[in-house]
Amino acid sequence: MSMPFFTPGNDPGPDFVRLLERTGHSVSSELPGHIDAGHATTVLAVRYGEGVIMAGDRRATSGNFISHRTIEKVFAADRHSGVAIAGAAGPAVEMVKIFQVQLEHYEKVEGQQLSLEGKANQLSGMVRSNLPAAMQGLAVIPIFAGYDVRRGIGRLFQFDVTGGRYEERDHASSGSGSLHASTVVKLGFREGMDAEEAVSLALQALWHAADEDSATGGPDPIRGIYPVVAAITADGFARLEDSAVASAFASITADLTSETN
Amino acid sequence: MGMPGFYVSPEQLIQDKADFARKGIARGRALVAARYSGGIVLVAENASSTLRKVSEIYDRIAFGGVGRYNEFDQLRIAGVRHADQKGFVYSREDVDARSLANQYAQIMGQIFTHEMKPMEVEILVAEIGHDPEGDRIFHILYDGTVVDESDYTSLGGDNDAILGRLDETWVPDLDLAAVVKMASDALSGPERSLEAADLEAAILDRSNSRRCFRRIDDEAVTAILSA
Repeated sequence: MSMPFFTPGNDPGPDFVRLLERTGHSVSSELPGHIDAGHATTVLAVRYGEGVIMAGDRRATSGNFISHRTIEKVFAADRHSGVAIAGAAGPAVEMVKIFQVQLEHYEKVEGQQLSLEGKANQLSGMVRSNLPAAMQGLAVIPIFAGYDVRRGIGRLFQFDVTGGRYEERDHASSGSGSLHASTVVKLGFREGMDAEEAVSLALQALWHAADEDSATGGPDPIRGIYPVVAAITADGFARLEDSAVASAFASITADLTSETN
Repeated sequence: MGMPGFYVSPEQLIQDKADFARKGIARGRALVAARYSGGIVLVAENASSTLRKVSEIYDRIAFGGVGRYNEFDQLRIAGVRHADQKGFVYSREDVDARSLANQYAQIMGQIFTHEMKPMEVEILVAEIGHDPEGDRIFHILYDGTVVDESDYTSLGGDNDAILGRLDETWVPDLDLAAVVKMASDALSGPERSLEAADLEAAILDRSNSRRCFRRIDDEAVTAILSA
């Protein structure tokens, strides 16, 4: 692989995707025919006092089959932001990978980070360029959340399949179980929750989504598989330990069983 | 490109280009890179806090440049592109300083022999390994010559004097503060003294998990120099 060296008028700037196109490593997605890939998932993000909590279940499905029990759908995009994915797993994971490199590439070439809104716009462009594949059954619909270091608040963005980008005030979700999850979050949301309350709310929402949607996986204490939960604050993106998620679930279980008895 | 009626021997042509490049580089301020107990430190004499001489290329790789800013910055960006693209297409662990240094040498050598004007820059590519034996420091000259340095090096104006001072002061396993102080003293020489605002310092820190490059701000440099 040779070093890309451009003359000034011909330079692709800090855009990594354009660089890939220019050097013949394009990631374009024109496909013949239609593939019926599963669109299972529940991922969500909730704003709280210190920033944002992101959470996602671990199940991947292919029709009626559970094809993977431990897939990860919540990723750090960079130090102060995260991205969670719903849709066709292969293209979604690829999109996250390009997005991560793109943010770091911009930061290194330009010598400073993109604004949080700039990052959301970048992701919007990637979702839009995936539209031909989405028409053929390989849609990817992410949510994006981060701590805006310039404003000192947590912010959330939801997308549609055409790359439409919508900033949400309190919570965002995506995937087949998102309707159930967002109802739970909507009812339980309070301004200025602490981390423990926000994590508990996110996990309850995932539990109810898994309860109603066969394509969303619930907690699996037998195998020790729990949703991925991450907090994004002024200190950056931090994924919670599985043991912390397990004990949060234990207290939710205690509450739910005392209610039904 | 030769003008009719004149003959310039190849030896003379190369000599003239080399003199031109060396003069340009000697006008700028110098940069020092040295190994310390936790990784590699890069310190440059640079009054600007926005036009950087030292930057991050990749997870474990840093770049340093002296001479003409626009030229070494163009090389820096080419390096970031090469590294990010290679890491994306293959894997992050496949990106290494030796390959980058060779690519830089190709470009600078090509420009030196084929262009009217050679690049008036010297650059440095430093990489920290997972253990100290894996550390690499490559120094690349204006004509594409690559020098594999073992523990420390100096780039730019007044090179011989600065290297002489480093020869006397550098020892293995110095801590960060000691190496920054040593680099500052080597850059300034006995007649001057440099302050934090005159310096730009950054490290490749082996204890950082993925992105090992970190800048040391003026406040921290002041604390080190006044200790």
